[in-house]
Amino acid sequence: MTFDDTPEQAAYRATARTWIADHMPAPIDAADAPIGSTEHLEHMRLWQRAKAEHGYACIAWPAAIGGGGGTPIQQAIFDQEEARAGLSSNYFMTGLKICLPPLLKHGSDAQRARFIAPAVRGDEIWCQLFSEPSNGSDLAAARTRAVRVGDGWRIDGQKVWNSNADRSDFGLLLARTDPDLVKHAGLTMFWIDMRAPGVDVRPLRQMNGGAEFNEVYLDGVMLRDDQRVGDIGEGWAVALTTLANERAALGGGTGPTWRDLLALARLVPSGDSVLADDPVFGQQLAGFYTEAESFRLLGLRMLSKLSRGEQPGPEASAAKLVWSNHVQALSAAAVELTGDYGMIDDPALAPLAAAFQARLMWAPGLRIGGGTDEILRNIIAERVLGLPADARADKGMAFRDIPQGTR
Amino acid sequence: MNVDYDEDVRALMDHARKLLDARGAIDAARRVLETAGDTHATGLWRELGAQGWCGVAIDDAHGGLGMASVALAGLAEELGRSLAPVPFASSIYGFAQAIALAGSETQRAALLPEIASGALIGTLAFTEGPGTPFAAPPTARVERGRLHGTKQPVTDGAIADWAVVLAATADGPGLFVVGLNDPGVTRRSVSTLDPTRPAARLDFADVPVEPVGRTGDGVALAAQILTRYAVPLAFEAIGGADACLEMAVAYTRTRFAFGRPVAGYQAVKHRLADIYVKNEMARSNAYYAAWAADHDPAVFESATAAARIAACEAYWFAAKELIQLHGGIGFTWEMDCHLFYRRARHLSTAAGAPDWWRARLADQLRQVAA
Repeated sequence: MTFDDTPEQAAYRATARTWIADHMPAPIDAADAPIGSTEHLEHMRLWQRAKAEHGYACIAWPAAIGGGGGTPIQQAIFDQEEARAGLSSNYFMTGLKICLPPLLKHGSDAQRARFIAPAVRGDEIWCQLFSEPSNGSDLAAARTRAVRVGDGWRIDGQKVWNSNADRSDFGLLLARTDPDLVKHAGLTMFWIDMRAPGVDVRPLRQMNGGAEFNEVYLDGVMLRDDQRVGDIGEGWAVALTTLANERAALGGGTGPTWRDLLALARLVPSGDSVLADDPVFGQQLAGFYTEAESFRLLGLRMLSKLSRGEQPGPEASAAKLVWSNHVQALSAAAVELTGDYGMIDDPALAPLAAAFQARLMWAPGLRIGGGTDEILRNIIAERVLGLPADARADKGMAFRDIPQGTR
Repeated sequence: MNVDYDEDVRALMDHARKLLDARGAIDAARRVLETAGDTHATGLWRELGAQGWCGVAIDDAHGGLGMASVALAGLAEELGRSLAPVPFASSIYGFAQAIALAGSETQRAALLPEIASGALIGTLAFTEGPGTPFAAPPTARVERGRLHGTKQPVTDGAIADWAVVLAATADGPGLFVVGLNDPGVTRRSVSTLDPTRPAARLDFADVPVEPVGRTGDGVALAAQILTRYAVPLAFEAIGGADACLEMAVAYTRTRFAFGRPVAGYQAVKHRLADIYVKNEMARSNAYYAAWAADHDPAVFESATAAARIAACEAYWFAAKELIQLHGGIGFTWEMDCHLFYRRARHLSTAAGAPDWWRARLADQLRQVAA
C-alpha cells in the first residue's frame, strides 16, 4: 500500500505542474468576466485549446482522435494539478466527460471524425438532453418522440435540467422511437444541432435564483438518419455509458470546505475568545474533516483501481452520495455558526462573501442531479450487495400502456 | 499510488480468514461468553503464536516478522471480522507497540520476543475511573520503584503476564512496566458489556516496576501509545462491520415478508447501502492511517483520529442495524447479532471514545490550518 506517486507518476506530476504554471492563462478580474459570462467562457476556451495542443486535454483518449494518448491515472494527476492551480473547465466538462464517451463507444467513424477533435479543443460545446419534466430517476421513461419521416426523423418533446444548453453547439438526445416496445427497448440516441429550427432553449430559474440549467423545447426538429448514435433501440445502452461517467465526474468537486468553516469560526467571537476554540465547535469540525477525508481517500482508492487497469465501479455512487450530503450539512452548520447574522446572504456583508449561504442554496440540487440519493442507494444495494431489484409496476408493458401521473 | 493491500498482506489475510473460519472463532467467542470464568480461546491463541502472527509487525531483531503496520492492520481486520476471543489486541496492538515505542533497548530485548511468540501476554493499564483518557491524574502511585493503587478496567487483565501502567510519581506521571504474576497483584474479573474481550480490576500492593520512557512524560507517551493502538483497533471495527453487513445481506435475502425477500424493500436495501457506504468511508480513512504509521509522521495523528472516529461510527451503525434488520430473532441470545453489538461498544470505549478523538483532532486541525 502506498499513497505516494510512483516515480513515473511523480515525474508526470512535476512535468504537468511546470507546464500548467508556464501556460495557464493570466487571471482575469471576476468583475469583468464573472463565471458564466461570455468573457469567462472565452477565457477558459483559450486554456482548453492550449491543453489540447499539448496533449493535456482528454489525456486518456487516443492521440489519433485528438486526445493525449496517455492513461486515466495521468488524467487524474493532471486534474489534481489543475485544481491546485485554481483552474477549471466546466463549460467543456459535460461534453468531454458525459456526451463524447458514448460517441467514442457507440458512434460511427464519421461522427468521431467530425466531433471529437473540436470538442477536445473547446471549439464546440455539448449538452446532455436526457431528463424530461415527467422523468427524472426513471430516465428510461423518456417521452420525447422520434418519428420516422422519409430517411430521417422528426423530434417532438421537452427536455429539462440541461446545463449549458444555452451556449451549446450540439446536444446528445435520448428519444423514444417505438412506444409499442417495453420501456428500455424503444429508445434511440441522436445528436442534434442546438441551432436547428424547432430547438428552443429557455433558461430555468432555480431555487437559488440562478439559471445554470435550461429547458429545451423540441418542436418538429428534423434530423438525418446519420445523426443517430448507435442502433435504433439501443438508446438505453448508450445512455448507460454516460451515467457512470456523470457520477465519476460529480463525486468530489469544488466549493467551501472544513477549512473555510474553521476560518469562519475564527471570525466569530465567543466569550473572551473565538468560536474556533469552542469545544462543541471542535467536535463538529472533526466530524466534517473525517467525512471530507473519507471521500478524498475513497477517490484515491478508485484511482488505484484505474491505475491497475480496473474500472472503478459503484464506489463512485458512494462517493457522490457522501459528498453531496456533506456539502449540505457543512453549509447549514456554517450558516448557523454566525447566529442571527447567518441569515444575511449579501456577499458584501456576510463573512467569506456569503460562500456558505450560496452553497446552502445549491446543495439540494447536488443531492438530486447525477443520480438522486435514493437511486445511488439502489445502485449500491443492487450492484454491490446483490440485493433484489425494486418491484416495477411497468415491467414487461409496452411503453404506451404504462400509467402516467399528472406531473 | 496503490491504495490497497499488497499481495503479501492479502495472502496473510486469506490464510488468517481460512484458519479463523476453520477453528470456528465465532463459536469460540460464544463459548467464552457463556462459560463463567472462561477468558479466551487458549488453543487458538497458541496457534496464532505458532503462525508468527503475534510478531507480524515486531522487528525481526526482536523475534518478529518485521512486516509493515499495514500487515498488522490486515490481520486485525480478520480478527475483528471473526470475533476471535484472544488477547491479541491487548498484547500486540497495545503492549508490544508501547514497548517498541517507549521501552529501552533492554526492555525490548527482554519482552518483545516472548510477546512475538505468543508465549507471554501483555496489556495496557491506563484507566482508573470514569472520564476521558488522562482527564484526571492517576492515583496509582510509584514510590521508590514500587507500585501502589488500582487500575480498572484492564482488558485481558485476568490473564496478562505484563502491563504498561500509567502512575503518579514525585516527578509527574510516568509509564511503568509491571509483572502481573507478582504476589502483590490482585486480579478480580469485572463484568463488562463484551465478555468475549474480558476485563479485570488490578490492585497493586508494593509491586516492583521499571520505568518505560522518561518519568514525567507519562501522559504524552500514553497518548502516543493510544494513537498506535487505535490503528489496528479501527481495522478490527471495520472487519466486524463488514461481517455485520454480510450477515444482514444474507438474512434479508432469505427472509420473506409479504411474498418477497425483505431485502427487496427500499427501507431495508437503503439501510444496507448506508452500512456499505459507512464501511467504505471508514476503510478509506483507516488505510491512510495504517500507511501513515510507517511513512508520514506529519499526518499520522490526524489520519488515525479520522480512522478511529469513522470506524467506531461504522461499526456501531452496522451492529445496531444488524439487529434491527433481523427483527425479533435478532434480539435473541441464540443469534450472534449481539456479539457484534457488544464488540462494537467495546472497541468504541477502549482507547478513548470518539468524542475524545474528535477533540484531539480539532486541536490538530486548528494548528495545521492556523
